[in-house]
Amino acid sequence: MNTRSHYDVAIIGAGMSGLAAGIRLAHFGKRVCIFERHNTVGGLNSFYSIGGRKFDVGLHAMTNYVRPGTKGTPLGKLLRQLRIDRDEFELCEQKQSRVAFGPRGETSLRFTNDFGVLESEVAARFPGQIDGFRRLTTTVRSFDDVSLDAAPVSARQIVRQHITDPLLEDMLFCPLMYYGSATEHDMEFGQFVIMFKALFLEGFARPFDGVRVILRVLLEKYRAAGGERRMKCGVKQIISHDGRATALVLDTGDEISADQVISSIGAPETARLIQPAVLTAPPAAPGRLSFVETITILDRQPAALGWGNDTIIFFNDSARFDYACPGAQVDPRSGVICIPNNFDYGPELQLPEGIFRCTCLANYAQWAHLPDDVYQADKQRWYQALQKSAQRFLPALPTPDALSVATVTTDMFTPRTITKFTGHLGGAIYGATQKNRQGRTDLANLYLCGTDQGFLGIVGAMLSGISMANYHILQKG
Amino acid sequence: MTKDECKKVVIDIIADIAPDEDLSTLKPDVRLRDQLQLDSMDFLDIVMELRKRHSIEVPEADYIQLASLDSCANYLTPKFNALSAKS
Repeated sequence: MNTRSHYDVAIIGAGMSGLAAGIRLAHFGKRVCIFERHNTVGGLNSFYSIGGRKFDVGLHAMTNYVRPGTKGTPLGKLLRQLRIDRDEFELCEQKQSRVAFGPRGETSLRFTNDFGVLESEVAARFPGQIDGFRRLTTTVRSFDDVSLDAAPVSARQIVRQHITDPLLEDMLFCPLMYYGSATEHDMEFGQFVIMFKALFLEGFARPFDGVRVILRVLLEKYRAAGGERRMKCGVKQIISHDGRATALVLDTGDEISADQVISSIGAPETARLIQPAVLTAPPAAPGRLSFVETITILDRQPAALGWGNDTIIFFNDSARFDYACPGAQVDPRSGVICIPNNFDYGPELQLPEGIFRCTCLANYAQWAHLPDDVYQADKQRWYQALQKSAQRFLPALPTPDALSVATVTTDMFTPRTITKFTGHLGGAIYGATQKNRQGRTDLANLYLCGTDQGFLGIVGAMLSGISMANYHILQKG
Repeated sequence: MTKDECKKVVIDIIADIAPDEDLSTLKPDVRLRDQLQLDSMDFLDIVMELRKRHSIEVPEADYIQLASLDSCANYLTPKFNALSAKS
């Protein structure tokens, strides 16, 4: 089983994008194999177990959520293209989320899956800006964000044509950057539009059992379509000859060949595998943006601590929002809080334990080469710092020690963890700053999908795999 | 194959590609695009499902022939019949 040595298409990486590409190709009769170095699927959006307890990584919420009947959006396209019935994802909507700015979150904008809520919040907090905000929204709605060859423009520049209050500007950028920007300080406008739609015009949802539900659906579709996969079997070299990928050398030392190869592991990460190296242009630099995340498991529902309303909170305590690789190990001034219990699972269901996650920007180089004891101690120290920072933006606890009393266990990932499990250089969650919409590489039959192709979020990742499979392989017969 | 059978084949494919669309009231002489929310990705899928399920090839220059159910039937029925004559 799975020992063929030639495929129509080989896919490197079993993340969301690789799986989606695989489903399309297998469905239309291509002999496909996905090679994955790790022992689980999902890549940056995966899950793991410690002590019988399952943890999600990556996914706080699935963005791009629209209700049944809303057509022509990324979620609808994805479901159609992968022949997935939307009920299979078991999506439950968020309750509400907030952007909270100021030392104690004094300025707060609520948003939900009804865009009208954000609009009225902007009107109430920033009455002088609401006309500009509506104009910006119109610009976003009419922008063709799926074009594969649009020229890059600064999003800050375009947003400032409509929004003149820097506080509101930063508050709009903060969630969009945290959920997808590979560039510091600014975004490319096309990426801004994708994220604005994904978070504000569409919205957040989550399956009750988290990301593994989505991965299970993808795997089942892929298997049913006849796709193969080899786990714990990465690709360590792409052999090039005459401008084509002629063979893949696997971690096992075996060689396989494929007519076409799709790599989901990132642009510089893919370029590094090519032997002998062919470089028609300097390789894309790895991105600089990485994160730490703390996960705190509670013996009660967060509502018992007064934290029962907010699904996700994007916070910043400083005069300006500084989305950049910090000089220190972590920048706790801004971040994202996620409370997965606060999706609306219906009256009957609640997650068995409370979960409180907090994500902040981090510097890969400051974590990468620490001796183990220092690394563990630094994790402990920053765990405490993140908890303290995040609590400023949540309702006050009933007693000062209520959180630590309720805590059952904790975990934390750092930029080092990301590189270890995903292979992304520099722990760069959102990949290289330079996106490659067409997914072409230095080799004629090697294409990119996923983060570095440039569709964002998990729905974006899946659409990336779909569109690269369509564009480079299926449309060509 | 009759033209009505051919329309049924196309409707079956659309039903699988776009299960969220109501196909019960489709007018055969009106463009599919004007009655359903189908984008270029969906049209590509109709072409590819025709190839996968029925070994019918539709070259890109002929995609326009798939505009409505009537035009689909006019264009595809002879192809289906030529194929069954061969086998």
